[in-house]
Amino acid sequence: MSVYTTILRQIINGLQSGSIYALVALGYSMVYGIITLLNFAHGDIIMIGAYIAWLSMAKLSMHPAFAILSAILGCTLLGMLIEKAAYKPLRGSPRISLLITAIGVSFLLENLSQMVFGAKAQVIPSFSNIPSIFLGTIELSGTAVITLIAAAVSMLLLTFLVQKTKMGKAMRAVSEDTDAAQLMGININRTISFTFAIGSALAGIGAVLYCSAYPQATPTMGSMLGLKAFVAAVLGGIGSIPGAMIGGFAIGLAESLVSAIGLSVWRDGVVFAILIIVLLVKPTGILGRPMREKV
Amino acid sequence: MKQAYKKIPMPVRYAINTLLFAAFLIIGVSLIQSGAISKYFTKVLMLIGINIILAVSLNIATGYLGQLPLGHAGFMAVGAYTAAIFMTRSGLDPSVSFPIGLVLGALSAGIFGILIGIPALRLKGDYLAIITLGFGEIIRVVLLNIDSVLGFKLTYGAASLKSIPKETTFLNTFLCVGIACLLIHTMMKSRHGRAVLSIRENEIAAESCGINITYYKVLGFTASAVFAGLAGALYAGYLGILNPSSFGFMKSIEILVMVVLGGMGSMVGSVLSATVLTAIPELLRAFSEYRMIVYSLLLITVMIFKPSGLMGQYDFSLSRILEKVFNRKPTRDTTNHKAGDKNG
Amino acid sequence: MKKLLSIALVAILALSALAGCAAPAAIVADQAASGETIKVGILGPHTGDYAVYGLAVKNGAQLYIDEVNKAGGINGKQIETIVYDNKGDSTEAITAFTRMVDEGITALIGDVLTGNTIAVVGEANPINMPMITASATAAAVTYNADTDTVYTNVFRTCFIDPFQGEKMAQYAAEKLNAKTAAVLTMTGDDYSVGLADAFKAKCAEVGISVVADEGYSKGDVDFKAQLTNILAATPDVVFCPNYYQDDGMIVTQARELGLTSAFLGGDGWAGVSAYASAEDLEGSYFCSAYAPGSTDAVKAFEAAYTAAYGADTLNMFAATAYDAAKVLVAALTKAEASGTAAGSDEYKQAVIDAIKTEGPSVVGITSETGYTFDDHNNPIKSAVIMTLTGGVETFKEMY
Repeated sequence: MSVYTTILRQIINGLQSGSIYALVALGYSMVYGIITLLNFAHGDIIMIGAYIAWLSMAKLSMHPAFAILSAILGCTLLGMLIEKAAYKPLRGSPRISLLITAIGVSFLLENLSQMVFGAKAQVIPSFSNIPSIFLGTIELSGTAVITLIAAAVSMLLLTFLVQKTKMGKAMRAVSEDTDAAQLMGININRTISFTFAIGSALAGIGAVLYCSAYPQATPTMGSMLGLKAFVAAVLGGIGSIPGAMIGGFAIGLAESLVSAIGLSVWRDGVVFAILIIVLLVKPTGILGRPMREKV
Repeated sequence: MKQAYKKIPMPVRYAINTLLFAAFLIIGVSLIQSGAISKYFTKVLMLIGINIILAVSLNIATGYLGQLPLGHAGFMAVGAYTAAIFMTRSGLDPSVSFPIGLVLGALSAGIFGILIGIPALRLKGDYLAIITLGFGEIIRVVLLNIDSVLGFKLTYGAASLKSIPKETTFLNTFLCVGIACLLIHTMMKSRHGRAVLSIRENEIAAESCGINITYYKVLGFTASAVFAGLAGALYAGYLGILNPSSFGFMKSIEILVMVVLGGMGSMVGSVLSATVLTAIPELLRAFSEYRMIVYSLLLITVMIFKPSGLMGQYDFSLSRILEKVFNRKPTRDTTNHKAGDKNG
Repeated sequence: MKKLLSIALVAILALSALAGCAAPAAIVADQAASGETIKVGILGPHTGDYAVYGLAVKNGAQLYIDEVNKAGGINGKQIETIVYDNKGDSTEAITAFTRMVDEGITALIGDVLTGNTIAVVGEANPINMPMITASATAAAVTYNADTDTVYTNVFRTCFIDPFQGEKMAQYAAEKLNAKTAAVLTMTGDDYSVGLADAFKAKCAEVGISVVADEGYSKGDVDFKAQLTNILAATPDVVFCPNYYQDDGMIVTQARELGLTSAFLGGDGWAGVSAYASAEDLEGSYFCSAYAPGSTDAVKAFEAAYTAAYGADTLNMFAATAYDAAKVLVAALTKAEASGTAAGSDEYKQAVIDAIKTEGPSVVGITSETGYTFDDHNNPIKSAVIMTLTGGVETFKEMY
């Protein structure tokens, strides 16, 4: 195999894992944009999504399409529930209290699912058999293609939603200035709730894509994924939708290219080093807006 | 002069607190030696001591300086590994090498604090959080893989650094707790401490008052790292074996939870919540698999009902209470001094 | 109202802390009164990432002890197990172990993970507490290479890492005629790195050249980058000494990329068949301590285990833990017969001596020839080579 094909393969590997990071990072970024909360439980919502997919297919033998729908729906409801139960009472509290609550929710979801579903990894049946595509000499797996397409479509839809719809306008207004938005007659609670719903639905889509690429569900699968996506969101500029996409793909590509040059044991270190360098050069991430300082 | 508010003079205050702390140590040690306190309880006490140092050290950066670092475990790792490598390699008697190891651990963590603090503190808010997280993770990855680069065994990576003399005891742990609390307390009451506090309150206002923001930020951050290194060195002597995986991101979160739950900027809060959060998982042993669920529910409940932490910014001061007793008629004490009494 | 609530919260927390401090003393008082049971500790991760191993060990050991208790116990005394979770954390392992000692255990089955076990050995060795681990495979658990001392109180019923790595390298050279090999390890995991190091060292001896050496971190699910490198090096075999969930994904992704080399693994592979398709796994080999369903005794064990705890955690460590309990019960029986007071130093030494003398006559699930321990307290037993045919883990040969 030539060096050229190896590199090309590595790029495809990076794009596939990067697109999942990007989807998860989008959810992070949206929630952050609106209530400036680092939602540590976001990765665990994906975990629950994976378990729902497993339950509906392996246990209830539902059709894959229904399984996908129920996973997305389940994540959406869970996200809204978490927001209502744990985050809403803390509106107006110091941000760090909110952060600790999010950590608490994350612990709770992980431990509950271990109790309910067991410690063993559960195997998720494949959603469908997609034939591989050949690009010259390189075999491109069906799941990789689907992942890339689904990620691209969800990002486009999201951009449309945020930029063109009324609700999107409300979301942008709330994230710009909550108090002013309220004065303009925007229902803050509904907007925040809606943002959580969208963010969690994205997590649900992420869960489905993740499960089709890596078909296992474990109680702690969300924490690493969440951390990587968090890094991706910050790298791209947290709060920015295109930034989250760029960050996700950048992390995915960086990981596979570091491995490609034979430094796989240093991979996590290199990813964080890239992050540090980017932040030092551009302190608010690649596409982040410079922070305003009020005197 | 009618009915002036009587104050206890400074040296007396320190004397009272020192005496009480010494009494606590003496009673503790004698109880342990007489066997009234079980070995298990002693172990838990030592862990509580180590966690107290970690919490009060992070409290400098989080509570007093107002930053949100997520890489505290990295400094702890530096301190732990420095002390452990020194103790296993120096060939000195453990009773000599352990105190030196403690100092070296604290110093090396301090050096890392400066090195990381200078670039990292240019960032603000969540970006600072993530960059410190990044540095913490890099420290862990380096500890894990450095041997293959060096070509000789230094940290032993995944195989763990073993046979570290187990020199940590109840007495030396709590001596370190006392020293750490005293130093932090006096630092925060000094001119430098007030400068650090002013940065938390309003960075721009502080700067326009002529406070060198960068200097004081790095100072606070480094002090925080020094004590984390000290705690790490104690941890190495407690455990006898070190593995880089103990110093991951979750450890940093664990320490942060202690600080926030106790109340940011409250030393007694940090001490109390470090104690409670170390004790709770042990208490809940009987519930085995439910204990982490109870723990997380507790975390959420406390945050919802008391978002500023258990103690808020309140700091317990024995002298203040004594003064109130002496003066009978309650008078407003506006000095709001923060005597770091460890017996609270 | 809020203030009241918070004061109440603080009070509850403080009280609970105090109550916790008082608890152990009460337990110690309790046991002095009874004294009719033999206390055995079982320690391991029952929650968290490694719960599946910890629970297997707990259940496997408990299964045998329950059998003994049902049959009347030892010397008329019931065996009482004190089970604590350590979350896979060395700090918790030490406190939990110390608590067990305070509660009067006479022996320990555990710990489960290598790092935790070494930490516990640091506490158990000075007080000469007999312990048998069913799953800690690093050589350093029973032997301190720095000071050249053997921890005489520590035994195990599983293989050690170097043994497995060497066996698989030898097997690859002799039986599979491999000339080149690639290695994929979980960095930061002592088990995985330990096996890989031994494999690489042995490869140099038997004339296999290692053409690719890749690593990944815990929690990774995407191995394509590393596998692409391995694919480019075209090795005859890929040695992948990791845990079965990871191995399943690695094999699946390798086949997706078009890597056709045979995969080799260690005992962490047991259970892999549920995690990858039959055709992807076909022709992989791994060494194990026990062959599921191979003999009547094994079948009986599996049936009993499944009936009591379900098949969820039925893996190799359940079997080695069952054996560990068996060896320990044999030793305790002998020590009880000696008449020394339970918990005394002589009693502990008697148990340790009895493990060595009684071990060889214990017919275990994973060792039909009994448990003979070498001078590092490691069991002398041959490896089972398992292969995957048609999606089933089948016994290939003893090697």
